[in-house]
Formats: sequence, C-alpha cells, structure tokens
Amino acid sequence: MSAVLKDGGKYEPAYRPTVLNDVVASDHLDWLESEAIHIMREVVAETKNPALLFSGGKDSIVMLRLAEKAFRPDGFPFPLLHIDTEHNFAEVIAFRNLRAAELGERLIVRSVQDSINAGRVVLRRADESRNVHQTVTLLDAIKEFEFDALFGGARRDEEKARAKERILSHRDEFGQWDPKNQRPELWDLYNARVHKGEHIRAFPISNWTELDVWQYIARENLQVPGIYFAHERLVVERNGLLAPITEITPPRAGEKPVTRTVRFRTVGDITCTCPVLSTAADISAILTETAVSRITERGATRMDDQTSDASMELRKKEGYF
Amino acid sequence: MSTQLITADTLRFTTAGSVDDGKSTLIGRLLYDTKSILEDQLSSIEKTTTRRGGKFDNGVDLSLFTDGLAAEREQGITIDVAYRYFTTIKRRFIIADTPGHEQYTRNMVTGASTADLSIILVDASKGLQTQSRRHAVIASLLGIPHVVLAVNKMDLVDYSEDVFESIRAEFVAFCKQLHFAELDFIPLSALEGDMIVERGDKLGWYRGKTLLALLETSSATERTERVKGEFRFPVQLVGRTKMGRDGGYRGYLGRIESGHITVGDSVKVLPSGIEARVQDIVLLNDSLRTAAAPQSVTLVLDRQIDISRGDMIVHVGKEPRVTNQITANLSWLSAQPLATNRQYLIKHTTQSVRAIFEGIDYRLNVNTLEREAGVTTFKLNDIGRVRLKTLRPLMVDSYDVTRETGSFILIDEVTNETVAGGMILGEAANG
Repeated sequence: MSAVLKDGGKYEPAYRPTVLNDVVASDHLDWLESEAIHIMREVVAETKNPALLFSGGKDSIVMLRLAEKAFRPDGFPFPLLHIDTEHNFAEVIAFRNLRAAELGERLIVRSVQDSINAGRVVLRRADESRNVHQTVTLLDAIKEFEFDALFGGARRDEEKARAKERILSHRDEFGQWDPKNQRPELWDLYNARVHKGEHIRAFPISNWTELDVWQYIARENLQVPGIYFAHERLVVERNGLLAPITEITPPRAGEKPVTRTVRFRTVGDITCTCPVLSTAADISAILTETAVSRITERGATRMDDQTSDASMELRKKEGYF
Repeated sequence: MSTQLITADTLRFTTAGSVDDGKSTLIGRLLYDTKSILEDQLSSIEKTTTRRGGKFDNGVDLSLFTDGLAAEREQGITIDVAYRYFTTIKRRFIIADTPGHEQYTRNMVTGASTADLSIILVDASKGLQTQSRRHAVIASLLGIPHVVLAVNKMDLVDYSEDVFESIRAEFVAFCKQLHFAELDFIPLSALEGDMIVERGDKLGWYRGKTLLALLETSSATERTERVKGEFRFPVQLVGRTKMGRDGGYRGYLGRIESGHITVGDSVKVLPSGIEARVQDIVLLNDSLRTAAAPQSVTLVLDRQIDISRGDMIVHVGKEPRVTNQITANLSWLSAQPLATNRQYLIKHTTQSVRAIFEGIDYRLNVNTLEREAGVTTFKLNDIGRVRLKTLRPLMVDSYDVTRETGSFILIDEVTNETVAGGMILGEAANG
C-alpha cells in the first residue's frame, strides 16, 4: 500500500485500490481533490462575487489546478487576486503572470507599495517587512471589488491557528476572524451566507499536508517556480534560519554572506521567507526530502512566525490570509 | 535510496473527553510516539514547558502540543475543534480533537459528523462520568460505526484489571440501548505511554491491541465507504459551455455522494422525474466510463433537460424519498434557543429551502436516554426528535443508510448562523 520513489525516477504510485473491480481508481489524492472541487463549487454557487488568491506559490498553483478540474471547459467563475508586497522574488512574479496568461484568466494585482504611497500603510522603518501590512491592502481590495468570498490555499497542518479554522471561515465587516465564535461545520454542508460587507474565506485544501501538495504537483505534472528546486544562493545565518541576501535584504552589520545550495519550501515575501539547505533538484527529490523532513514547513522557513507563539493567530484575527 | 510514500486509506476519528481525562496528553503521546511531532514543534513545547514550570519525562509536557490559541490559554479551556494529521506506514489519520467544556455537544457533533471512529476517554480513577455517556449517545446518533473506550490513567489505579473490568461492564450495559457496529476497550496510561503505541510492561493482563494498532486496523472506513450505496448526485452547478457528443448539451457539476455511475446508465432527475441516459462523465480532459463516490465530476446526459442547482440525479428505480415532511434527530447548536414559530433555512445536499417546525416529539435526556415529552423548545446542546415541513420537496434517504443525503443543517436567516444539525429518520419514524 505504498508508492515507491526511485532515485531520479518519476513519481509513480505503486498502489491504487480499485472498487467494484472496475476502472474506479481512488487513492487519497483523489479524495482530497474531490473534496476541494466540491468546496469550490459550493462557494461559487452560494456567493455572489468570489476571488481566488494566487501568489505563484505551490499551494496556490494546486488551487488553480483544482479550479480547472472544478469548472473547465468554462472559464473560472472568479478572478485571481494577488496582494503583492513588491518584495517578492522576481521569478515567482514572472511565473504568476505567465500562469494566469496560460489559463486565460483575469489576474488582479494590488500592491502594498500603493497602500504605502496612499498613506494607508505607514512603515515604522523603511526596511521593515511588509508581510504583515498585506492585510491592509487585502482588505482594501476586498472592499474595492466587493468580494464576498476569497479562496485561499491555507492548510490546517501548517500552524495551530490554522488547525482550528473552518473550511469556510466567516469574516466580519472589518475582515476579522473570531476564533471563539466560529460557525459549526457539520458533514460537508457549508454555510457561506454573509451580510453585506462581510465575507467568507474558503480553504479547499484545508485537509492537505505539505507532502500531499507535492504528491499532487507530481501527479498532475504541474510547473512550479524554479526557486523551489536546489540552486546556489547568497545567504546569511540569522536566528537559526538562512536569510537570503538580495537588494531588498542586504546583510546586516557584521554578517558575512556565504553561497549555499538551497531551495525554498515556502515562497512569500523576501524579507521573511528563508530557504533551506537542500540538493533536491527535481520533484522526485523534493518528495523524498518532504517525506523525511523533521522540521515543519513554517518552522524551517518563516521569520514572521518566530515573533511569538501566537503570531499567526494575531495576524489572522486582523484579516490576514 | 528509496522512500516509501503512503497512499493508504484515511481514518478520521474524534477524541472526546475533557482536559482532566488526560485527552491532551493522550493525543500528544500518540503523535510523539509515532514520531509525528517535528523538531521545531518539540523545541517550542520544551520552551513552553520550562517557562510554565511544568515537568514531564524528557522535559516535555506532551499535553502542550495540542495547546491551541492564545485566547484559549488565557481562559484555560479549549475553544473549538482542532484538526490534526499524522501518518503511519499503515494508514493516514485525521484527528478531530473536540473539547469537553460547556459547548461539548456542539463541538462533538461537529467532529463526529465526519468521523469513522470515536475515542471516548475515561479517567480510571474516577470511572464513567455523565460526560462519557453523553459522548457515547452522540457517537451513536451521528452513526459512528466504531467506538473505543480508552480507560486512561491506569497508573493511578495500580494498573488494576478489576477497575478496568468494572468500568467496561458499566459501559457495556449503558451501550445496550445504543448502536455501534464495533466497540472496543483499552486500558492505558497516556502519561506513561502504556498501550498507546508501545505496550509497556504494566498491563500484562490485557491481551488486546494497543490504541495505535486498533486505529490502524479498524474496519470502520469500510462501513462509512460511500461507494456501496445507491447512486446520488446532487447538482451543484450547471456548466455554461455546451459539451457532449454533438456539443449540444450542458454539463451538470456535482459530487457523487454515494454509489457509482457508468456511461449509458438510465437516470432520473428529481424532483421533475424526467428520465435520460448518461452520455459522458467528465473530469477536466478525461472522459470516464465509470465514476464512484466520493468523486467530483461533470455529468452529461443524452437529452436537453431543464436542471438546476438543488436537483438530484439518481438511478431509475433506485430513488430516494421525495418529500416535504421529514422526521429527524436534531442537535441544537446555537446559544439562541429554537423558536418553533419561526422559519429556518434548511440546507440539505445542494438545496436550501425554508422550513417550519410541525412539532417536537421529545428531547432526549442523554444521561438517562429518557425521552422527555412536552418540550416546546431546544436550547444549546439539546438533542431530540422533531418534525419539519419544507417549502419545496427534498430528496432524502434515512441517515443510517446514507449520511450524505440523510443529513442537513438549519440556518437562521437573520444572523446567518448555523443553528442545528439534523439526521433524517426513515419512513417508519413518520408513523
């Protein structure tokens, strides 16, 4: 009951149980896929104006594939939305644009820089991380387009605040999440109803793990930005993490940049996303690495979660992704 | 080098019990001993253990792993259902960890609604509690096929077989009035790690499986397998692009909630009753010959029919009940009590219609299983049998036959809150 990954070989599931001795094959990826498609269709049916958050990262790449499975041959019944800190990796942004164009779907980009220029976001220091400030731009975009539902690629295995979030998560008119007052979510019967000005965050891949995401990317043969694969990069060691050295993130006083072979497990704002040491150069090697990793995805890569035990919970309450 | 990647089936289970029963420690132990707690999580728990002056072997308080939100720590309670994931070489697991405070019923019903198995935790030194009975009743009503009574804190009663046996006998007697396909009992100590993943050396008299072994081998997933039922396809959406053989037909988007379908099958569309044949089963670029629950697909029929969201496609001759009157077990989930003179919105499969209460048959006393008649309202955590009338007909099966077409939620249209969950009873209950 397992799939074997051979060195350098393509990922091939060695076990697919069949039911009714027919062509009805099913493994856990099929189950997860089907659940996600069902959720997407329910939200589209029950809301007036949804959008799908697409950053060019691996989880949102999976989300686009699921949207294709849910709605093709029709076009997507929602636009794609990206909140760009303008501190993102150029390669990921290029990938984002390319993917949206390939799919022929509308991509809306709203920029944290514009929010800064408009005085909606005030930085304490010019070089501080813009990660947390995305919330302002995001909520402004929701208001601008009157979105009543946003699809996100968050997973419950990522973080403990996410572990307690519903698949359909209600946000009040200030975009806030109230963890103490969530709607009970029974069976697969989702309640997407909102009052004017409120919205729903829908997380169709809530039940997926990091490994599921990579297995699905392998099975569906999906393209991902190159920085997910091993490459040489200038980094410094900081607080036990490897911080990438870029124009936006120069070394601090006393730090000595070194070149390391690394890859990114998660892709986000440059100022808070760290690569890990890795030689995994293809999907097969990433699968192997993910399967045996002893560090969680966010633990290995995110500076924003290191501030306190409750960083994510606090950000989420304020309307973060 | 080769790595084994698990693609085995998934068992979804709930853990019911209060913090005092050692539930957090049990889950922490299960995850720790299956090596599902990763290094950075462990070091974070170590730091917290030290900061709070706690102690445990290896300097780690395992109960802290399930320690949730800051809001919960402030109040010393667990607020809500938390979902956790782990995998062994045999199986994948999703835990719905449900808290045991005053909103326990609401949370347990939420967790139990998608579960194959429920672990009910009892403190050996305290014996069966009101709460343990309540958990058993809810598990039974929600149709969970496999229940495991985990008698924890055996270390506090000197690992006594007599204590274990008397709790077991009492629970068996109580469960005579309930319906579980499988019922198991395990003595264990989450704190010491006995009989969770490792057997330990203190419970030599117990010959059964460890908790993990039970979870890995439970056949509950077969009982909840949806492919065996009659074909039920509630339509979620209708595609805009014409497809099918002559490019002249619309696709019907939905998920097969139970059963299976093959191209060429004769189907009936409910509630209209119009018949057609299945021309194609589409999933993106694939045309499937057969599809089964729980697959999400697009169905194309061989004739033009007016179908919309909320309609249901089924096999001819294997039809659900089409009715606007249902009798159901209802679990009230809202702090706002039921007002029988108000209309509520019922969401059943992909239909949302208004419903009115025709009557409350009784409220179930979940401690004594007594049926309390003459009740005029349900408050938070109340469970009982009700009769509802809907504005439009629903296509229903009884919950014990097909969960997906036998369940519904009630929504308060003023607050948009989900106020109740319901399990539809068979026609016999209508008498």
